[in-house]
Amino acid sequence: MKKLLLASTATAMLAGAAGAEEVKLGIIFGFTGPLESITPHMAAGAELAMQEVSESGLFLDGSTVTPIRADSTCVDASAATAAAERLVTSDGVKAIIGADCSGVTGAILQNVARPQGIVQISPSSTSPGLSEVEDDGLFFRTAPSDARQGAVMADIISGRGTTDVAITYTNNDYGKGLADSFAAAFKEKGGNVTISAAHDDGKADYSAEVAALAAAGGELLVVAGYVDQGGRGIVQNAIDTGAFDTFYLPDGMYGPSLIEAIGDSLDGSYGDVPAAEGENVDTYHEMATAAGFDGTSSYAAESYDAAALVLLAMQAAKSSNGADYKGKIMDVANAPGEKINPGELAKALELIAAGQDVDYVGATNVEMAEPGESLGTFREYDITGGAVETVGFR
Amino acid sequence: MDLLNALVAFANFVFIPAVAYGAQLALGALGVTLIYGILRFSNFAHGDTMAFGTTLTILITVAMQGAGIGFGPLPTALLALPFAIVLTGIVLVGTDRAVYRFYRKQRAAPVILTMVSLGVMFIMNGVVRFIIGVDDVTFADGERFVIGARDFRDATGLAEGLAIRTTQVITLVVAAIAVALLFWFLNRTRTGKSMRAFSDNEDLALLSGINPERVVQVTWLIVAALATTAGVLYGLDKSFKAFTYFQLLLPIFASAVVGGLGNPLGAIAGGFVIAFSEVGVTYAWKKVATYVLPESLAPDGLAQLLSTDYKFAVSFAILILVLLFMPTGLFKGKSV
Repeated sequence: MKKLLLASTATAMLAGAAGAEEVKLGIIFGFTGPLESITPHMAAGAELAMQEVSESGLFLDGSTVTPIRADSTCVDASAATAAAERLVTSDGVKAIIGADCSGVTGAILQNVARPQGIVQISPSSTSPGLSEVEDDGLFFRTAPSDARQGAVMADIISGRGTTDVAITYTNNDYGKGLADSFAAAFKEKGGNVTISAAHDDGKADYSAEVAALAAAGGELLVVAGYVDQGGRGIVQNAIDTGAFDTFYLPDGMYGPSLIEAIGDSLDGSYGDVPAAEGENVDTYHEMATAAGFDGTSSYAAESYDAAALVLLAMQAAKSSNGADYKGKIMDVANAPGEKINPGELAKALELIAAGQDVDYVGATNVEMAEPGESLGTFREYDITGGAVETVGFR
Repeated sequence: MDLLNALVAFANFVFIPAVAYGAQLALGALGVTLIYGILRFSNFAHGDTMAFGTTLTILITVAMQGAGIGFGPLPTALLALPFAIVLTGIVLVGTDRAVYRFYRKQRAAPVILTMVSLGVMFIMNGVVRFIIGVDDVTFADGERFVIGARDFRDATGLAEGLAIRTTQVITLVVAAIAVALLFWFLNRTRTGKSMRAFSDNEDLALLSGINPERVVQVTWLIVAALATTAGVLYGLDKSFKAFTYFQLLLPIFASAVVGGLGNPLGAIAGGFVIAFSEVGVTYAWKKVATYVLPESLAPDGLAQLLSTDYKFAVSFAILILVLLFMPTGLFKGKSV
């Protein structure tokens, strides 16, 4: 009854204030399930952007933005679909921020977002498969695809003049995906992959694996594994037997425990790790602390950017209708235009209303590429004198 | 043709690792074969006995390091080993009293005892993880290398490096000493002879006045020594992780069966056969072949028979082949 009253009051008010409406955005993350420790911070990040836009009073003729949370469970596709369905049909959300895990994200996209014509933007689904799905131009993500890291690795390695590499990867989707995307990108750049062999985690002895890698040869060993698992065993054994001197260590192999365990022999090795840099990140962390949540938590910054992008696109299209604003997301995310840092959403709304272009930079230096996904920022690092030194960002 | 480089590459990646691994397997297989010969069942708890003995060694090593006791260039674990052997021996004899003796008294069939050992295995497995956790534990200290790969290259000017780790040398020396002691004990001492008599014919041994309980106890003590030594050597050379010892059970049993269950000499030979097959079949021979063969014959591919993922499949295949065609093994053990 109360809800009905509220709803009718809201309708009455809407009718009164010409053009101004209450725009609802659905936030669907796994508030229960394997990611439950980081999703509250992600949701808080998205809500921070909505609050900022709402309070500016500049959004779509003074419209307000209301977040509505739902549980994706991260693992249960049917539960996530039902929750998203409810968001759209009963709550009437104009966009879906989420989901978190790639599997449920794909399910929501196919079962809810596409049939209903709702824009969906995920801050944390990184599966390369999502780049290829049919999305009617409705799906975006502010986290880079895992395939992107493979391309970045190929850039870094061939940039240093290395042409022959051996690859070993941990025997799962992450390792295989990264190894394959790297090998493809590296060959395109004219590099040569001598061998791409899997290793299993949790073994005591990697001498046979290293022997095969050594026989294939190469100037560099790319280890797409885990730092506290088989990856370390491989590196240790390769150094012991003199099979390889230089290693490329992507995100899974980034960690102080490796340098601690192996020591000086790692000098000269290098790698990359996803990381945003600079003042914008610091600004965002301060904003998050002021709002009472942890901005450094995984994908919290991407969530803020996801919500901000959707709202700016709506402003640019002068409409909260998915079909109208879906084409605007790439426009507001990329150059040309005035750069928009975190906390400057009011300025962006003003500029857009005045008919000017904006280039949303946000907390994670957003740069979007087709088909609607962030390129991400990767920190390239060297290991020198037993310490990690940042070389640059890509 | 570059025979020297080929030899060095072969030694570095095949011969040395396989010899060290073979010695570790041989010590493990000796324990299995002794139990099979004298107590007449396949002891599935052997892998976890090794893990248990190694766990104790690690704890004592840590205590020794804390007290400032070291062994110079050698790992401190070697000093801790005798204490761990004694403690493991007590635990094994205790297990025998509490568990196996009951079934022995009833003259239970070997397969029942094997199942019982499976239960013991699960309990030991749990105890080990409870005590030391499931993570990697590195407890090797002292000098790491006898010859380092880079030093070898610099000294000889060869393209290939040769690395010999201290732990690999220690493995061979300790294994040789352990095997010599075991054979001396079995062949020259009164207790050893009574053990062999008991193994050959239990009833005749009983008639000639051999005390079966004493033979059983001595067997468990020797098995404790062998298992702990094998476990510590493996842990020093590779790394210690509670779960990997359970996985070692397969190559160890394969070694014992290949050599002939119940035959100590066979267990040693079997250990090396399995180790060399595992390493040799999964090794990519491209490098060695490129050095040895004339350029026109050098292989383009890796010349690898099986991917390294299938390392354990090699043990399995050998195990099955031997059971099918040569059930008593290379050295005429008891048929399974």
